Amino acid sequence: MSNEPQEPENGGEKRTRRRGLTFLGVGAVLIGFGYLLLGGIGDNLVYYLTPSELEARGDAAYETSVRLGGVVIPESVQWDADALDLRFKVGDGTTEMEVHSKGAPPQMFRDGIEVLVEGRLASSGVFQSTNLMVKHSNEYRAPEEGQRPQDLYQDLLNTEGE
Amino acid sequence: MTPSNDAGRLAGGVVVALFVAAQLFGVATSPAEAGMGHLQKIMYVHVPAAWAAFLAFGIVFIMSILYLVRRRESHDLLAASAAQVGVVLTGLTLALGSIWGRPTWGVWWTWDPRLTSTAVLFVIFVGYLALRSFVDEPQQRARWSAAVGILGFLNVPIVYMSVRWWRTLHQPSSSPATVDDPYVWGLRINAVVFIIVMAYLIRRLYQASILQRKVEALEEERALATEGSHV
Repeated sequence: MSNEPQEPENGGEKRTRRRGLTFLGVGAVLIGFGYLLLGGIGDNLVYYLTPSELEARGDAAYETSVRLGGVVIPESVQWDADALDLRFKVGDGTTEMEVHSKGAPPQMFRDGIEVLVEGRLASSGVFQSTNLMVKHSNEYRAPEEGQRPQDLYQDLLNTEGE
Repeated sequence: MTPSNDAGRLAGGVVVALFVAAQLFGVATSPAEAGMGHLQKIMYVHVPAAWAAFLAFGIVFIMSILYLVRRRESHDLLAASAAQVGVVLTGLTLALGSIWGRPTWGVWWTWDPRLTSTAVLFVIFVGYLALRSFVDEPQQRARWSAAVGILGFLNVPIVYMSVRWWRTLHQPSSSPATVDDPYVWGLRINAVVFIIVMAYLIRRLYQASILQRKVEALEEERALATEGSHV
């Protein structure tokens, strides 16, 4: 900056070059954003698959790491409290898939709630989950008279453990 | 101290009192939520922090454009102050969201589009602040950071829309239709108070940065004066 007044011709050249670089940088960032918006994330990098989508992959569906998302099919939950072994079905309205998971599920886990499981579809057709995540909706509801939120979870795990 | 400093401290006390009152109001007026129980109360800090962060980056965006148009140093200093507050609020949003996510989702973190784009927003503006500390020449620093500030802000609508555009673990935005009455006012009041906190912090940082520039100018003057006396 201090040398600009001393070497006006050189400084001018430097300035054009820097401006070119700035435009290049700005352009690269804009293209990056555009790619993320219109291409990349939209189609190829889907965060999770539905059971229908996973099934539609045919043979390629098996033994590969994927994230699967769907609704816990009501009354499909089987919980073994001693072995910490959890089995349930997830569905998307058209396809249902059996899921096997180890360990206690998150507190919000219950019939009819959306869940995401990370793992792989075994050749037996059962999805072996290594990570179970519960998807919360955007609804926040006051409890009904006399209803205690913590009971929902305990009821589910206790009754299914019988 | 100076009168403006006293006023600033008084305003600071009022802002802290407002924050405490709004949090107490939120906690006291909301019953345990039907599904997640008292965890719902994290809403009163996580959501307002996110909104205030978006707003702070909006200020960076506007001030960066104004700087490039008018070349006034005050616009650059205001943009920098807003960026600092925005980074802190985004960090808070991420941390509080993570604390909320562990018991409800079952994980501290996952690379879903909402969380990923928010992390990118955080990193961009940490980069903005890093850039500022690397460039010494004030006008060059102002120009470069204005460019980063404008481009960085483009990520804000992406973060906001991410839950609609893509599949995420994070839920889509709530509205009064999806949130029962007891929670709505706690959220609204805390959102307003977070915006007041944001405005207060930006103002104090801005005042400090102006003083800083004055000190730098005086030091430069003195250095030139001693140099001159030797010649």
